[in-house]
Amino acid sequence: MRIEDKLYLIGYNIDEEESHLGVSDPEECKKCLGRPCTYICPAGVYSYDDEEGKLSINYDACVECGTCRIVCSYITWRYPRGGFGVQYKFG
Amino acid sequence: MRKNDFDVIIVGAGPAGLAAGYVLAKEGISVAIIERGIFPGSKNVMGGIFYRSSLDDLIPDFYKEAPIERHIVEQKIWLLSEDSMFSTGIKSEKYNVEPYNCFSIFRAKFDKWFAKKVADASAMIINETVVKDLILDGDRVIGVKTDRPNGDLYCDVVIAADGVNSFLTKSLGLRKKITTNNVALALKEIIELPDKVINDRFGVSGSSEGVTIEITGPYFDKMRAIGFVYTNRNSLSLGLGVVTEDMVKLKINPNDLLEKFKSHPAIKPLINGGETKEYMAHLIPEGGYYSMPKLYSNGFMVVGDAAMLVNSIHREGANLAIESGKFAARTYIEAKKIGDFSQKTLSSYQKKLEDSFVLRDLKTYKNLPKLLEEKQYLISKYPKFIIDAMYEMYNVDKVSKSEKIKLIMNKAKKELGYFNILKDVFSVWRDFR
Repeated sequence: MRIEDKLYLIGYNIDEEESHLGVSDPEECKKCLGRPCTYICPAGVYSYDDEEGKLSINYDACVECGTCRIVCSYITWRYPRGGFGVQYKFG
Repeated sequence: MRKNDFDVIIVGAGPAGLAAGYVLAKEGISVAIIERGIFPGSKNVMGGIFYRSSLDDLIPDFYKEAPIERHIVEQKIWLLSEDSMFSTGIKSEKYNVEPYNCFSIFRAKFDKWFAKKVADASAMIINETVVKDLILDGDRVIGVKTDRPNGDLYCDVVIAADGVNSFLTKSLGLRKKITTNNVALALKEIIELPDKVINDRFGVSGSSEGVTIEITGPYFDKMRAIGFVYTNRNSLSLGLGVVTEDMVKLKINPNDLLEKFKSHPAIKPLINGGETKEYMAHLIPEGGYYSMPKLYSNGFMVVGDAAMLVNSIHREGANLAIESGKFAARTYIEAKKIGDFSQKTLSSYQKKLEDSFVLRDLKTYKNLPKLLEEKQYLISKYPKFIIDAMYEMYNVDKVSKSEKIKLIMNKAKKELGYFNILKDVFSVWRDFR
């Protein structure tokens, strides 16, 4: 099963106004070896655009596990605003 | 003098926060539990096995009314290689009589139920609210800042039950940065199947009886990993947890690993025909005793995952969270009697944990994370040897049994080395005596 299809099963209350994820210094992404955020995230939030030289962050798929922030110290991570974000039915 | 909004503010409505809230509310203490989800449980994840005894102290016979899936009558351990599986475990009728040892549950449903009990005991549960920061007076915690307008709330003591990522514990400097070696990334799917199909596949006689399988071995080559399959009433909880450091090093995409795991010849028949209903991921604090933060400060205590209270080898976390919540609450009640919430008084929280099985158990396994970091092969090479030896002994090919034993011993000598085996036995003995 593809990750896209699995994420489709999860309930989210998406915050249209603000992203809770970011990168403190985008220049670091250009230099980063391996870019672990692009493969370690269980929700596939991060992808790197080689042409633009920029990390793209699909924050509305985030399941708020915190793995990316443990793996990379340049990722700025906070909880979505109250009531927003992932909403499990089973958990 | 500024008036308190509550005696105690608890951040996070998981098992630890809810247990603390329940004990305090029952004593008539004014307590608020602040939860960032839309309801308690909506952001909570566990493998799925909940031990009875810790919560039974608070709410006797809770399982008769709580939303549980199945009580567990058999617990299996599988050693897995690419093409084989060695199985061991315990099934007992003693597990099949009330009050039962443990249950499979869904946290989103269970925590919602538990929160209702806590609210009925007159604790206030404030949903959809994020605690942004602590409010300090000098080095004393006196309240929390929330993301609500005019959202500052004051209290005697803040209990941090804010989970594995605990920003509050970090902001007070009670713990260092979490390392990739201290946390495992766990993934899980809920796979729906008719209850009768589950009963047949897992060999239980009714839809209230359940089975757990914990899985390790050479299949998870070079990874400190555990897979699991748990039976719910109409579904299976299937997943795996891998120490994050190993995933980074091996450049593994967690979902790819999970998909491959699901296609293993020993796993596939269990889930065949099932439909995935939910997918989730969560960090598990597996660093053990040495990764724990300082557990208290002036006006502040840390409980549950935020305190890194997980016994990974025994699959215990939620029960330790509940114990810690109870101890923190009782510590507050004692402190209130003398009107002193300094860290000197609150240090008895740590003492209570030390005297209980919670920290006794974590101390027993305190060297395990380091041991497995250095000697991952203990959970791959040795299981591989067992699988190969079992295969050989049951494989009839006109080679005599004495020759087979000789072959197996030679294999042990070649692949493991007698001296290395002795060294490993010694280091395991040294670390756990």
